[in-house]
Amino acid sequence: MAKNAVITHPESLKRPAGPSEYAKDPANASLTKADKIALYTKMARVRHFEQRCIRIYQQGKIGGFLHLYVGQEAVAAGTISLLGKFDHLITGYRDHAHGLLVGMSMKECMAELTGKVTGCSKGKGGSMHYFAPDKNYWGGHGIVGGQVPLGTGLAYAVKYRGQKGSCLTFMGDGAINQGAVHEAYNLAALWDLPVIFVIENNGYSMGTSQERSTAHPGCLAKRAEGYNMTWDVVNGHDVYEVRAKTAIALKRAHEESKPTVLEIFTYRYFGHSMSDPDKTYRDKEEVKGYRETKDPVFLFEKELLDEGVLTKALVESINAAAMEEADAAAVFADESPEPTVADITKHIYWEEDNRGPKTTSRGTIIFE
Amino acid sequence: MAVISYREALRAAMREELKRDENVVIMGEEVAQFNGAYKVTEGLLKEFGPKRIVDTPISEAGFIGLGIGASMLGIRPVMELMFWSFSYVAFDQVVNNAGNIRYMSGGLINCPIVIRGPANGGTNVGATHSHTPEAILASHPGIKVVCPATPYDAKGLMKAAIRDNDPVYVMENTILYNDKGEVPDDDYIVPIGVADIKREGTDLTIVAHGRAVITSLKAAEILEKEHGVSVEVVDLRSIRPLDEETIIASVRKTHRALLVEENKPFCGVDAQIAYLIQSRAFDELDAPIGRVSSIDAPQMYSKKMEDLQLPYPARVVAAALKVLA
Ligand SMILES: Cc1ncc(C[n+]2csc(CCOP(=O)(O)OP(=O)(O)O)c2C)c(N)n1
Ligand SMILES: [Mg+2]
Repeated sequence: MAKNAVITHPESLKRPAGPSEYAKDPANASLTKADKIALYTKMARVRHFEQRCIRIYQQGKIGGFLHLYVGQEAVAAGTISLLGKFDHLITGYRDHAHGLLVGMSMKECMAELTGKVTGCSKGKGGSMHYFAPDKNYWGGHGIVGGQVPLGTGLAYAVKYRGQKGSCLTFMGDGAINQGAVHEAYNLAALWDLPVIFVIENNGYSMGTSQERSTAHPGCLAKRAEGYNMTWDVVNGHDVYEVRAKTAIALKRAHEESKPTVLEIFTYRYFGHSMSDPDKTYRDKEEVKGYRETKDPVFLFEKELLDEGVLTKALVESINAAAMEEADAAAVFADESPEPTVADITKHIYWEEDNRGPKTTSRGTIIFE
Repeated sequence: MAVISYREALRAAMREELKRDENVVIMGEEVAQFNGAYKVTEGLLKEFGPKRIVDTPISEAGFIGLGIGASMLGIRPVMELMFWSFSYVAFDQVVNNAGNIRYMSGGLINCPIVIRGPANGGTNVGATHSHTPEAILASHPGIKVVCPATPYDAKGLMKAAIRDNDPVYVMENTILYNDKGEVPDDDYIVPIGVADIKREGTDLTIVAHGRAVITSLKAAEILEKEHGVSVEVVDLRSIRPLDEETIIASVRKTHRALLVEENKPFCGVDAQIAYLIQSRAFDELDAPIGRVSSIDAPQMYSKKMEDLQLPYPARVVAAALKVLA
């Protein structure tokens, strides 16, 4: 452990489930009953989608890597729920939730996992590479930290255009040790870019705990000080707190065009990816502890039940509907056609896909 | 038609495109206040101001990645690398992000970025600053690579690159920056993917790109004067897309081919060209294809040896005579 003062998880993380101290925060006070139900519904949808993926993966229908978001739902749900017309987002490979939360359909998301032509990326991206630029969602990136300069560039473009917007740039706790992240931090601070760097700190990068990967662990956001950026730590198990603190960062981006680093403490329940047996680097008890006391979906459910916004019956019907939607998506993904060999060489170049009288580029561009 | 330098031609292209499209931004180390490490962007800051001409810190991965991100939203960044050798610290951005984003998104996202800068040996700066990555980068589907050899092509290709909706990597050459040539004042582009016959001939085809074109033209001169051989010099101009038809048509005419490039030999651009010629014009060949590349070693520092490491006219002449024997 580093000798210097270490920022531990926020106090609020330690308290037993109870009313969130951020329920009355301006960012949440403005939520109508319907807004709250919608937010809960979105979190439930993410969870059921991911759990449905496990079954399909086990049936051998999903190839390659599958990184699940279960346990982290409040992070993406809280942050994304605040975004407006000129706010963009980009993330790493743990990207399903972000896609569903910007409004991608379960069907296109599921079909991408099974490599079908009806997938959001037409079967060319897979689990790690979801995209929905029409919904300001720029992926879905497989190289740890590689998306962080891109998010900074999206924010640059927003500012260049004079729009009051931002780019939420998500990364994991492991990503912050990548050089590209530090370069992006410096550029964002140097040029006053409206970017919000969201560190989804789930405690581990694959099987490596923060203590084993990071000098001065437990205060990843504090590195922002080295770049003269504002930072904050957030209890990512409480969607109200996520919203409250993201709202402040968004305001800073919109009003002052300044970057922020938000370190959001969260936890993943399953292995790093489906190929991780999850046996060597953390205790079962630790996972159990989080599941039982800090589950973001159940905590929000309880909160809303206590507020009288949700009823047991409503909770049941919301979850049943989400499960049904995930089932239907699974069927769709199953029944959708595969891409063809001809599809392999499409979408490589804009020029090639848009050949016409105005085409200036010539010559062989796809080789035999 | 004015006679201007290769450097001025590049600058003219950027000036015209900056005026034409407000989404064009010039970005890189020392491009603005310093007027460019090689003065290619000289005067642009004064004319267009700091919003359009942007000095970056020394963070190639950071600022190239930022440019790629901005291009996804429709900005047209023209990023200067002080040397293409420095792209290696930004390789993930240059290849994985710019080159793959359109594909992995099933065609939903475009990346209209230009990355430009010198990529050459021969300037006595040692191996780290002398890389020629055109073959490495052109081997990635999704990326376009052009290598202008003359001021006319430098301007026309740069303008085409900036208007292109795909990532285009423009590889210049510091030794050519002062070369002068005729360049039209009016708006023109050199289409990407169209080779140019820089000299017509009947006995031998030399295929080259970048400064190797200039070297080959000098060799052709010698071959004509001293050996009575008529050499055709095909300037590829663009590595990917590749104008296969012009190469094949020339070989069909001369029946002999010599490939000249400043790359190292292993998996160089000419390896692809040699494959192309044998596969499409095997029966046309009267002799095995010849090849001149840099001597296969990291770039030598010592000036005289470095000059001998690169293709030079006498080496090209000797190789040509072998193909003609
Ligand atoms: C450049 C690079 N190195 C290594 C990997 C392999 N890898 C994928 S995810 C991962 C762990 C990253 O952990 P973290 O950033 O904490 O994100 P999390 O998985 O916890 O969401 C590793 C090592 C990669 N994809 N890219
Ligand atoms: Mg992690």
